[in-house]
Amino acid sequence: MEQIDYCYDYNKNATISVKLPSKNGTFKNAEMEGHIIMAVNVKKSKGKTLQYMRRNFWLYFMLLPGALFFVIFKYIPMFGIIVAFQDFNPFQGFFGSPFVGLTHFKNFFTGSDFWDLFKNTLSLSVLNLIFYFPAPIIAALFLNELRSVTYKRVVQTLIYVPHFVSYVIVASLTYTLFNINDGIIHEFLRLITGKSIDVLSSPEYFRPLIIGQSIWKETGYGTIIFLAALSGVDMELYQAAKVDGAGRWRLMWHITLPAIRSTIIVMLILRVGTILNTGFEQIFLMRNDLNRSVSEVFDTFVYTKGITQGQYSYSSAVGLFKSLVSTVMIIGTNWLAKKFGESGLY
Amino acid sequence: MKIQKSNKIKGSIGDRLIQIIINVGLGLFAIITVLPFLYILAGSFATEKELVERTFFIFPRVISTNAYKYILETGEVFRGLKNSVYVTLMGTAINMFFTTTFAYPLARKDLKGRSLIMNLVIITMVFSGGMIPSFLLIKELNLLNTYWSLFLPGALSAYNMIIVKNFFEAIPSELEEAATMDGCNTLLCFIKIVLPLSKPVLASVSLFYAVGHWNGYFGPMMYISDPEKEVIQIVLRRVTLLANGVATDGSLIDYGLLGTPPDRAVKMAVTVVAVVPILLVYPFIQKYFTKGVMIGAVKG
Repeated sequence: MEQIDYCYDYNKNATISVKLPSKNGTFKNAEMEGHIIMAVNVKKSKGKTLQYMRRNFWLYFMLLPGALFFVIFKYIPMFGIIVAFQDFNPFQGFFGSPFVGLTHFKNFFTGSDFWDLFKNTLSLSVLNLIFYFPAPIIAALFLNELRSVTYKRVVQTLIYVPHFVSYVIVASLTYTLFNINDGIIHEFLRLITGKSIDVLSSPEYFRPLIIGQSIWKETGYGTIIFLAALSGVDMELYQAAKVDGAGRWRLMWHITLPAIRSTIIVMLILRVGTILNTGFEQIFLMRNDLNRSVSEVFDTFVYTKGITQGQYSYSSAVGLFKSLVSTVMIIGTNWLAKKFGESGLY
Repeated sequence: MKIQKSNKIKGSIGDRLIQIIINVGLGLFAIITVLPFLYILAGSFATEKELVERTFFIFPRVISTNAYKYILETGEVFRGLKNSVYVTLMGTAINMFFTTTFAYPLARKDLKGRSLIMNLVIITMVFSGGMIPSFLLIKELNLLNTYWSLFLPGALSAYNMIIVKNFFEAIPSELEEAATMDGCNTLLCFIKIVLPLSKPVLASVSLFYAVGHWNGYFGPMMYISDPEKEVIQIVLRRVTLLANGVATDGSLIDYGLLGTPPDRAVKMAVTVVAVVPILLVYPFIQKYFTKGVMIGAVKG
């Protein structure tokens, strides 16, 4: 590729000399877009990389802000997890705090914290997988069956909206609708069941509430990727099946669903890969003192212990454990996704 | 022949039933989606009396703008909105600067060290230091209570950068080559040729970032404690959630400048005020987000 750049410089600035072949160099014909450009000397020497860098100085210069960002805000925190192995205290800093090895990890795994967090996090993830994950698929299949284009567009426009509002707004709406003083859904439920149900602070309703919020917020937007897969289905398949006497149900089952099967598999795999990531903001906002027994997950625990209570080292250890498990899961599931012939997360 | 015919009729009745179920089902889902929004919109314009008397309504009998007047008077919500607008505009500009300048060199397939850099980027997508080291870093850098703590830690999203990079890669290199022949240098090529050609992807990605900034709650909560710098999401949370008497962090309920627990209409009005900016740009969002998801789905 170097040859092309030589050529550019040559055209632009005639003072740059093109080196003639030397003893350890060779002639090469650089061909591009059917035009023979010129013969250039691709000399293998140590100064070549430097020369290349100098020629493409501006390209590397442009990388600088982003590179600095990654070093400072991504890589330095990665090395910052050393605090998980220390008794970090802000006055002694990263270098002065005593090293304690795996003490925090030992405390974490032998104490009751680990199992509580693990149970709560996994419960939410598994429930999400069972109830929330199929929702966009069903919605996409339904949308695909709509005959009226206008109706389809109206429905789509409406169901995408909640994706773009913040979790603070979702939580606000939930509180407005469910609170026991004047929430209308609370009133409604009282009419039906005859008793006052405090959905917001009862531990047994916390999980259904979170799953419900997720379904309400993300189902519509989640259909996009499946609808994209569906748009590629050959219409002739449907016509052929119809000629053979297949009803709508069978068309959906035998043509539409198989068409999005690979998308479903990949989405499922990627979802499993992020199983420990229960959305922090959502849970943080819906959590309160009364439902803490089920609402404390890894992320909220790290926040409470670390940021609120200042136990930097212990909470870093918990965070590191979560990060490591997540990393292994993501790499593993990504590998699986690629095995299925799909592009994974990266 | 007869049997076949009856089968066909039966099938079509079944088909029609499925069609009805699908239509009604989706319609219901759409209604459930928008109803809470309509309810708070109606409630924010209603009088306190009506809110107490009627359980559910979409059209208030008496239109009252008291809640909005109250919001304007206390100034707290207005300040939150102003801060959020600033954070969103500035934050997105910074995001776009970092993202495009980083994506452009990487879109050059002949760039030396390209795959090394990409791998280093991908590592950050898979593994992170976590919350505490990031917090300590911001603290060490003395960025607490400045908006830089919201702009810098997320200045570049690897995922968005890859979307932009893929788009840049698809621009025919002949265009840049021709420009280079005419004496265009790298930076000029980038600004005059590549960026204007990438408007769709730049629109998508800047909307991704902008919505993220507007909706961001975690960052402001962690890093900003100065009331003067509060963004709308923080104000909204205090007014609506904590005012319900449920302080999620177990701390004393502080109503801030509002002084007393705000009434129902005010809570609803604050929520409306936080949603409206999103709805104003929603037509663009819908167009470009969908496109962005599609571009993102085709990875290279």
